[in-house]
Amino acid sequence: MSTRLESLGRLIDRSQPMTFTFNGRSFKGYAGDTLASALLGADQMMLGRSFKYHRPRGAVASGAEEPNALVGLGQGGRFEPDQRATTTEIFPGLVAKSQNHWPSLEYDIGAVNSLFARFLPAGFYYKTFMAPPAAWKTVFEPFIRQSAGLGAVPEEPDADRYEHLYHHADVAVVGGGVAGLAAAKAAAATGVKVLLLEQSAHWGGRAPVDGGEIDGMAAEDWVSASVAELEAAPNVTMRLRMQGFGVYDHGYLIAHERVGDHAPGEAAPRHRLWRIRAGRIVTATGALERPLAFAGNDVPGVMLASAMRDYLVNWGVAIGRRVVVVTNNDDAYRTALAFKSAGLDVAAVLDARASVISPLAQAAREAGISVLEGRGIGAVKGRNRVSGVLAVRQQGDGGAGEEIACDAVAMSGGWSPVVHLWSHCGGKLLWDEADAMFRPDPARAPSGADGAGFVLTAGSASGALTLAGGLADAHAAGKAAGRAMGGKASRKAAPKAGAEASQPIAPVWIMPEGAGPAKRAKMWLDFQNDVKVSDVQLAAREGYQSVEHTKRYTTLGMATDQGKLSNINGLAVLSQALSQPIPATGTTTFRPPYTPVSFGAIAGEAAGELFQPVRQTPIHAWHEAHHAHWEPVGHWRRPYAYLRGTETPADAVTREVVNTRENVGLLDASTLGKIVVKGPDAGRFLDMLYTGMMSTLPVGKCRYGLMCNENGFLIDDGVVARLDDDTWLCHTTTGGADRIHAHMEEWLQTEWWDWRVYTANLTEQYAQIAVVGPKARAVLEALGGMDVSREALPFMTWAEGELGGFPVRLFRISFSGELSYEIAVPASMGQALWDRLWQAGQTRGIMPYGTETLHVLRAEKGFIMIGDETDGTVIPQDLGLNWAISKKKDDYLGKRAQSRSFMASEDRWRLVGLETLDGSVIPDGAYVVAEGRNANGQRNMQGRVTSTYYSPTLKRGIAMGLVAHGPERMGEVVTIPTIGGPAIKAKIVDPVFYDKEGAKQDV
Amino acid sequence: MSDAVSALAGAAYEGYCQVSDAGLTGMVTIRGDLGAAKVKAAVKKATGVALPGQGAIVAAKGRKLAWMSPDELLLFCGYDEAPGLTAALTEALAGQHALVANVSDARVVLRVTGTQAREVIAKLTPADVSPGAFGPGQMRRTRLQQVAAGFHMPDETSFEVIAFRSVADYVFTLLSNAARPGGEVGLFDG
Repeated sequence: MSTRLESLGRLIDRSQPMTFTFNGRSFKGYAGDTLASALLGADQMMLGRSFKYHRPRGAVASGAEEPNALVGLGQGGRFEPDQRATTTEIFPGLVAKSQNHWPSLEYDIGAVNSLFARFLPAGFYYKTFMAPPAAWKTVFEPFIRQSAGLGAVPEEPDADRYEHLYHHADVAVVGGGVAGLAAAKAAAATGVKVLLLEQSAHWGGRAPVDGGEIDGMAAEDWVSASVAELEAAPNVTMRLRMQGFGVYDHGYLIAHERVGDHAPGEAAPRHRLWRIRAGRIVTATGALERPLAFAGNDVPGVMLASAMRDYLVNWGVAIGRRVVVVTNNDDAYRTALAFKSAGLDVAAVLDARASVISPLAQAAREAGISVLEGRGIGAVKGRNRVSGVLAVRQQGDGGAGEEIACDAVAMSGGWSPVVHLWSHCGGKLLWDEADAMFRPDPARAPSGADGAGFVLTAGSASGALTLAGGLADAHAAGKAAGRAMGGKASRKAAPKAGAEASQPIAPVWIMPEGAGPAKRAKMWLDFQNDVKVSDVQLAAREGYQSVEHTKRYTTLGMATDQGKLSNINGLAVLSQALSQPIPATGTTTFRPPYTPVSFGAIAGEAAGELFQPVRQTPIHAWHEAHHAHWEPVGHWRRPYAYLRGTETPADAVTREVVNTRENVGLLDASTLGKIVVKGPDAGRFLDMLYTGMMSTLPVGKCRYGLMCNENGFLIDDGVVARLDDDTWLCHTTTGGADRIHAHMEEWLQTEWWDWRVYTANLTEQYAQIAVVGPKARAVLEALGGMDVSREALPFMTWAEGELGGFPVRLFRISFSGELSYEIAVPASMGQALWDRLWQAGQTRGIMPYGTETLHVLRAEKGFIMIGDETDGTVIPQDLGLNWAISKKKDDYLGKRAQSRSFMASEDRWRLVGLETLDGSVIPDGAYVVAEGRNANGQRNMQGRVTSTYYSPTLKRGIAMGLVAHGPERMGEVVTIPTIGGPAIKAKIVDPVFYDKEGAKQDV
Repeated sequence: MSDAVSALAGAAYEGYCQVSDAGLTGMVTIRGDLGAAKVKAAVKKATGVALPGQGAIVAAKGRKLAWMSPDELLLFCGYDEAPGLTAALTEALAGQHALVANVSDARVVLRVTGTQAREVIAKLTPADVSPGAFGPGQMRRTRLQQVAAGFHMPDETSFEVIAFRSVADYVFTLLSNAARPGGEVGLFDG
């Protein structure tokens, strides 16, 4: 059984007990415990069930690499699935539950899957897709949906808050073990700005557990001294509980700080995402121990040797009272020695190597531990819990051996440097035959803009697995990083540790090496996704050679742990199956994040009211107070209509249209783009930008203009006003303001850089209010201050002056066909002017109107709308706008494109009005069909509807559309099918439905 | 001009830093060849402020002149004097190729003050605002999360943030949220 000892436990504070619940049961732990250490300390060995076969599983590791011990953490708005118990610090009141079982962890129906294991082979999903489609829908999909996924999805919105932080450092050191500390000290000594981050809540990493002396001090004391030294350094920032999870181009490092996980509450953000720009990134990310592949290596109680040592030394938890250690390298002897010195039984060390005489092995022998050479495990006894192992000859087939009773197995298959961050941005690896591991190739580092490598590795992350070697390597890396960033030369010496003699590892990928099929089907490679040696071998037999394909086919390494324990073992097994050396197989691609990151951290503050900026006009609050039914227009919110009483939006639009035609309406047009273009070459510039002639526009006049891109397609329209000799004001559509300003700047900066033109986007400087309708003039006259008569201010002119005491620019322009003024006033006075107009209009039936009324009014007049009549494939000629294209100009953007044969073709779909025979309203997006069907069996098309509305003025449906040869087919009736209803018959008519002469706007 | 109101109507938030509406502020965009002696002289004469170098902001006589790009300056002044200064600058630059525009209403100015002000800004901008990298006398055009913004530091513990008027609410909420108690990072403590 696993128990809490009275001694050991350097990270826990026994004076601070805490209670928490797991699967509804109350447990006790101590401050400093992880959820895993606390549960293991209370003999809760089984922590979950595996994904595919629902096998009972316990923790196999003690850190971020843990594949099995995943739990659902928290409740309600703080529930989160798939949290690693090994990295979760406990706090009073923590609530956790295990996953992937029904009805309970101990008794699980899904475990019958393991009886059908031979029907769930590698590539199960792919093979299933080959079944008849009907079977997929009725049989496989429901089954897979039922069993897919480990944890449950949270049901409530996240109750916590999150934030981002941008940070800049010369050198960022990822990993706060002794290598990270040494690297940070060396870098800091050069005087540069250093950031040091550590994923766990403690500095020092493994060294205090593994022992050794550094600079004549115990490792733990050296760590304390180093931390104190770094904390005192003004150029060093240190953060715990922060995972550097991704390295990107240009020294961009992203890190995930768990600010509030260990102390949940309202005040602090739960997580903080650090977006770090570093000149050099030093990865001191350590190494991960590999499991060994023997039959039954997934039974609870089988654990990585280093993890078992961690639980013992860090948290005072003995995973077993009688332990068997199985290894192919020296390091696992440390676990045996630690257990022995804690007064626990070590039944045997099974060493796959034929003969072992290293100092650690000798020390074990001297401590009275039985070391069996050339041995491995043939089988693990026990189902929910280890009860013994069959010790067999490594070189045999595992058939015969000696049974050894034990309650825990510590395994070590060697160590793999954590090369993830090195590899994210293209750092290459080489296969180190001597240590049987992939390690970074310093000659092929990911390079930055200066051509030099910007990621350096330190310590065991470099493959320097010994304490002395790792410290020397880390010191050199930190120093090199600091010097590369312009740091000064430093005489600071590297930390010294005694050299240790060791005996080389013997690579062992299958134990025993001659194991038959039955045993290989019980050797787990990927614990979380239930991928076994037999699955990888099957994939190889089925023709999978690429490690990337095999990964996807078998799902090896595709679980939430991203194959931290399984990838190397898996590709080694694949290499053996393919009879090729390991480097020929290679690794799968290392991609960020190194460990899972919460969605909340990625979103940062961008949730709730900060999800997206909402642009507001100066009159926004008034609209809201007057029951605006909002419509998003870009990031703006504009009133679609103002609802009165029980009106529907459609009711309100009808009322607003009628009132504007009969009385007077008020429109907030502030969102329209307003770009000033000034300079000696401004006229020439605008002549190139617009299809029409703007250079000849007299001062004081307005002209409607069309803008095309170089492909001839219409991109924007609006009214241009000439302000003075060398200044024009260009109105754009609401959505076009920023885009057209950028378009202007692009042409000025790239093509016509020598033209003397300046632009300024003054869109937000002005509130713009349209006063529209037969009584508009009366309203303005009531404000007084400017002569707004037809004579003084005729249609398509503008004037500047004081209207009712407001400094305004008054435009006589109309997008409705009515008498209309658009008044531009400094935005800060927009609300005040609106209020005055509102008051002045009260006796004249004034009503505000929204964007839908604007649309109906313009459609009744046959005015086009960018985005309705245009979609990026429409040229002005399609819309009958030839009158707005100057024939006098040599050139304008789009002119050449519009002269190409297919653009000039008479066969293009062109704008017409559509009048339904029964007066109904055509649905949005409808098509006009032609006779017959095309090669795909679809109806032939001859046009499409671009705008369609109910016209309260004409009391019938009106529409505009693009129809083949449309303008030549006036009076013809066409067919417009609807979805699920009868086809609509519509007559082709002139697109101007209302006041064809334009008399009403010019009064 | 009594009808003019600031977009944030004097809003203020007290967190671990203070966030507040700086109120109506005069702002005038000046575009021209900043290397031309005549342009420099005209701007100096009309504003009374010396021209800032690249990335700098210069204060004099209650006004500030900020470098915005190689051919753009932004003048900060009293809201009521902005129309007059716009006219004066236009006059002074007559004959030069230049553009002067009153943008006082197009933008809002917010203040972030407190010993941790740098940290609050660092949560929102990719620009480096650590001591040594940024400080009083410098002007930075950048973004605050999803919107364009600019800022400078009137002194060691405060920022003036300029943003577009339409997103004033967003920027105020964003800064306030970043200054919420409990979110202290302690980044620039030392």
